[in-house]
Amino acid sequence: MAVVADDVNRRDFLVTAGNVFAAVGGAALLWPFIQQMNPDSSAQALASTEIDLSPIKEGQAITGLWRGKPVFIRYRTKDEIAKAKADDTAALVDNEARNLALPESDPATDANRVKAGHEQWLILVGICTHLGCIPKGQSMGDARGDFGGWFCPCHGSHYDTSGRIRKGPAPRNLDVPPYTFTSDTMIKIG
Amino acid sequence: MSGHVSTYQPTSRWGKWFDERLPIARMMHGQFVDFPTPRNLNYAWTFGGILTFCLVAQIVTGVVLAMHYEPSAAGAFNSVEHIRRDVNFGWMIKNFHAVGASMFFVAVYIHIFRGLYYGSYKAPREVLWILGVLIFFAMMATAFLGYALPWGQMSFWGVTVITNLFSALDGVISGLGTGITEWLWGGYAVSGVTLNRFFSLHYLLPFVIFGLVVLHIWALHVAGQNNPTGLDVKTKSETVPMYPYAVAKDAVGMFVFLILFAWFVFFAPDYLGHADNFTPANPLVTPPHIVPEWYFLPFYAILRAIPSKLGGVIAMFAAVLILLFVPWLDTSRVRSAKYRPMFKWFFWYFVFTCIALGWLGSKPAEQPYVFWAQFFTLSYFAFFLLVLPIVGLIETPGKLPRSISDSVLGKSGGLGLPSGATAAPEKR
Repeated sequence: MAVVADDVNRRDFLVTAGNVFAAVGGAALLWPFIQQMNPDSSAQALASTEIDLSPIKEGQAITGLWRGKPVFIRYRTKDEIAKAKADDTAALVDNEARNLALPESDPATDANRVKAGHEQWLILVGICTHLGCIPKGQSMGDARGDFGGWFCPCHGSHYDTSGRIRKGPAPRNLDVPPYTFTSDTMIKIG
Repeated sequence: MSGHVSTYQPTSRWGKWFDERLPIARMMHGQFVDFPTPRNLNYAWTFGGILTFCLVAQIVTGVVLAMHYEPSAAGAFNSVEHIRRDVNFGWMIKNFHAVGASMFFVAVYIHIFRGLYYGSYKAPREVLWILGVLIFFAMMATAFLGYALPWGQMSFWGVTVITNLFSALDGVISGLGTGITEWLWGGYAVSGVTLNRFFSLHYLLPFVIFGLVVLHIWALHVAGQNNPTGLDVKTKSETVPMYPYAVAKDAVGMFVFLILFAWFVFFAPDYLGHADNFTPANPLVTPPHIVPEWYFLPFYAILRAIPSKLGGVIAMFAAVLILLFVPWLDTSRVRSAKYRPMFKWFFWYFVFTCIALGWLGSKPAEQPYVFWAQFFTLSYFAFFLLVLPIVGLIETPGKLPRSISDSVLGKSGGLGLPSGATAAPEKR
């Protein structure tokens, strides 16, 4: 039987099908080698941390650790709260609340970044949203930037007293981690 | 060159027997002993050999260090101190490796600038140039991974900042950047898990570089070396055999380079490092002023010059990637800047731009440094996107000598050598 080279015949089909199977198999084998680098169960298991707030005085801040990330806990003064609320109407770089407990579309008002009834406690993931440095502003002597909150010395991002990005290269407000007050002076993060 | 045939003659019966079965000695002789090199190469051409030495030295010292190093968050910092204090000659081998990384970059930057000045990227050497750029990328990755290993504050925060560059992709597809960073880290932050995989990859990449270097030399030996006139070799009399001529010249360059290398190793081993890296890594405190190693400073300045996260990251990667396109961005038919009166000035301004960016990268992210970083970032990209295409079109090149021989013997008009400086006439 004469076979014209241009015709698609049974052998072409077998070769193509075989190659496709080999390619899919090869790609499937790649997956475990990629997946092995992702956070494993032991890393995921470190899900929650409890922190006692009672030793913190007004105006002070402490840094906790949650999932290997620093968490800023600041006992804000009346002035700082007033300033944060006043800035709700200022021109913000990022208009989203970035509060994991709230829907994504909620606006970045100070009320959306703290718990009602606990406005003095500002609790944030202490990682600059630019390139992951720890902003300054936790210790009393630190530079707190132009807006009195935190200042990241790495590339010059300024955060206000609600942890919102106001100036500099960082694109997002500092994240508010999921947390609950287990008592008046105790929080559970995660 | 591609037409070159090895003159290897096995002298013993055994050598002849082996040559018929595996002609490796014939190949090495043809490529590295009697290989024709242009007779007018200057000392800027000695850096290929110097770089090969650097790569081998880094691999040898690195293999030794890996015998004493412990890639864990708890043990890394102490094991490096153990190498410095306790291991026999550990202080010396560790300094060779750490200083060696800097010297490797000194040499590679001179090598790249030489390529740009003499137009070594132009046809038929485009693939040779691209392979060189790929080697440069792999070197940067290796150096970055290696800098993580001592697990000091600068190591830790350097890794944090650079891996977080990928989180800029969150601005493109939500969650993509976070997914990639957590994949790189093996957790939700940089940790000992990250250190362990960086160690593994730091050991792997030099061998990838070695493979690329083999291809780079292969491509070089197909096209043959460029030379200070940028002219093609026309006759055999315009070349000299690699051994002893080029090898001897390379050795002189290498010795000068090694004197500088040894001076750093024995007299100022930590001068090029950073004091903060002698503080063990602390995930809760960022040092007030994070800077990368000196050889990354120009790119770091470009990153910080752009006031947007994604934009800064794109500009930084573009600053390196743009090198790949240089062979097609340059429109001039003349290779060597020696005969390009306009380009020559732009070239030196570009060198100044890179040095200025390096200096600005070491400064804090505040005014007036940010303004000047933006100014020189613009200059940097203008060199590639404006100067290379436009100057080639509008410039009137100087008068080229007819051949390499004419240039060497001072017969050229125009920008040739003054008559008093001619070389001895050819006696052969």
